Amino acid sequence: MSKTSERAKPRLAVFKFASCDGCQLSLLDAEDELLLIADRVEIAYFLEARTQTLDGPYDVGLVEGSVTTAHDAERIREIRRQCKFLVTIGACATAGGIQALRNWADVNEFIAQVYARPDYIRTLATSTPIGYHVPVDFELRGCPINKQQLVELVTALVVGRVPRVPGYSVCVECKRRGTVCVAVAQGIACVGPLTQAGCGAICPAFQRECFGCFGPQQQPNPASLCDHYREQGAEPAHLVRLLRNFNGYAPAFRDASDALESTGDATLADQGTQR
Amino acid sequence: MTQTRQLEVKALTRVEGEGRLYVRIEGDRVSHVELNIYEPPRFFESFLRGREIREVPDITARICGICPVAYQMSSCHALEKALGLTVTPEIRRLRRLLYCGEWIESHALHMHLLHAPDFLGYESGLSMVADHREVVERGLRMKKIGNELLEILGGRAIHPINVTVGGFYRAPRLKALKALLPDLEWGLGAALETVRLVASFDFPPFEQPYTFVSLRHADEYPMNDGHVVASNGLDIPVEQYEQHFAERHRPQSTALHSVLLASPNEPDTSNENCGANYLVGPLARIALCLEQLPPQARQAAESCGINWPSGNNFHSIVARGIEVVAAFEEAIQIVRDYSAEPAVSRIEFTPRAGEGCHATEAPRGLIYHRYRIGDDGLIAESKIVPPTSQNQGQIEDDLLHFVPSVLHFEDDEATRRCEHLIRNYDPCISCATHFLRLTVDRG
Repeated sequence: MSKTSERAKPRLAVFKFASCDGCQLSLLDAEDELLLIADRVEIAYFLEARTQTLDGPYDVGLVEGSVTTAHDAERIREIRRQCKFLVTIGACATAGGIQALRNWADVNEFIAQVYARPDYIRTLATSTPIGYHVPVDFELRGCPINKQQLVELVTALVVGRVPRVPGYSVCVECKRRGTVCVAVAQGIACVGPLTQAGCGAICPAFQRECFGCFGPQQQPNPASLCDHYREQGAEPAHLVRLLRNFNGYAPAFRDASDALESTGDATLADQGTQR
Repeated sequence: MTQTRQLEVKALTRVEGEGRLYVRIEGDRVSHVELNIYEPPRFFESFLRGREIREVPDITARICGICPVAYQMSSCHALEKALGLTVTPEIRRLRRLLYCGEWIESHALHMHLLHAPDFLGYESGLSMVADHREVVERGLRMKKIGNELLEILGGRAIHPINVTVGGFYRAPRLKALKALLPDLEWGLGAALETVRLVASFDFPPFEQPYTFVSLRHADEYPMNDGHVVASNGLDIPVEQYEQHFAERHRPQSTALHSVLLASPNEPDTSNENCGANYLVGPLARIALCLEQLPPQARQAAESCGINWPSGNNFHSIVARGIEVVAAFEEAIQIVRDYSAEPAVSRIEFTPRAGEGCHATEAPRGLIYHRYRIGDDGLIAESKIVPPTSQNQGQIEDDLLHFVPSVLHFEDDEATRRCEHLIRNYDPCISCATHFLRLTVDRG
């Protein structure tokens, strides 16, 4: 009898690739919900939290981190085979993370700069999102993810419905929270209009610009926004850096920063670089 | 013919990040210990070049999701030195409060969910719940209070957004901080309770002649400031850190591995065998800074039944508990004294060329950052030495001496005990990557 109900619990696995551990920590940071979740879900594989590991297949796989080694490129394929529903959690898994800045550089020069013995280091020239390697069923954005969104995701998967995660911009959250727009009122270049909601629009509430932790929103228009900031006197190089953060390699942000670098003084919207 | 045996832990668990342990034993002699860090490298020092000064704490936070504040604080202080910037006493106190939040959440997580299961015989905190629900729940609530401090001061618990060079983008709300006082007071009592619990654990008798290293400050338990001191008598300003400590790169690791040099700039630092291992973290801080603990933490340290300094790193869980008491005590004091939101929450600066270094105390130990700002006002060079790469040599040395005491056990039990020892360090492998794998080879 009890054996049947044990078997009925969905099996959850948490996997790590190149990352800071912050997104999987978010599960342990759900202090009020963690024990409830552990009660309703079989936490079958979660190295950071427990020694016991159960073999797959798993109902849900949460993947943190980006692919930066040949071994990891293989490992994600095996994980995909083991998971019915694969979710990327966070900017590294979804867009390549801050370590994807190497994609614009010479990785061998990077290695030589940090390590005395470059020959000990094996790494790929790029940091790529999980979705470049295997099909992904759902993505949870953020650097880090929002723990309430994570709890919503797990709850939805347990009861078998689609998770409710908004695709609109940070601006909507700012308006809802009653924050005065830092771009309009203070002339600060803010990428909130391009960025997906989910953090609660904390940065503008703390008197600073959004720097894109949740990646591109559903319908971003980076070219138009960058032109606007340039008309206001923002340096293109500053805008490139602002776009090249934790989600810099997400296509909408990447194309916009590349275009900024290549267009010189021309406006982006004129160049037809809007995507 | 000598019998060869191998012990291997392919993936260490209940640690942050990914590592492996490999031990080879020939006869009754441990011939090789290797803590292998296979966490892939991420090259922070490289891509910090060309970034704006103000972006640095936002980026270095991403080295570690467990201790982002340690990175942010070290970055800010080092860059402020490079810019010749001095923050106000109010900002300094708020930074200390922020650091208290990180010590509380990080230590509470490690003690209750990751390390206590080793002493109580469970595979995880989640399994401990069946028999010790109140301990796990107490730990979670303490951790939550630490995270709430981080949210009020930093905007969010993981990768705070309100930390900047010169101070805070916005001062924390008076009302929000004051409202947290009852929780902080509960936390202090809970932390004292946890110290009593963990001090009653059964500790393997394993004394090592550690060289302890930490910051020390005359007037306070070290977090944001202090001299670099060691139990061998070393006492230097942070600016001389690189003359006394060197990093080595070894084949098994994507982390660089730090050693303490016998004399400043010991000749031939490229020699792989130069320098000695040393220990950073809670055990080192208590060893070197017991007198600076606030009253209740000091009282807890003196009445817990352990003689400090302790050379038994299994006592580190007690040291962590004492530090959580200290962090709650300090936090309560700072919040009580916070009577108005400061008019100036950050000191403005103009980017300019310069160089600065600083060390702070992360939950896992001393963390050192150095930056050079170029003529264009952008980062030209950076160096980051996280706690776990400093402890790595010492972890291996511990294992070398510890493994003979567990050889009479079957492989499973022997490796479990080795893992327990590694968890004494609360190793943060994500950090050290610039950092860990346990395999035991009974060769």
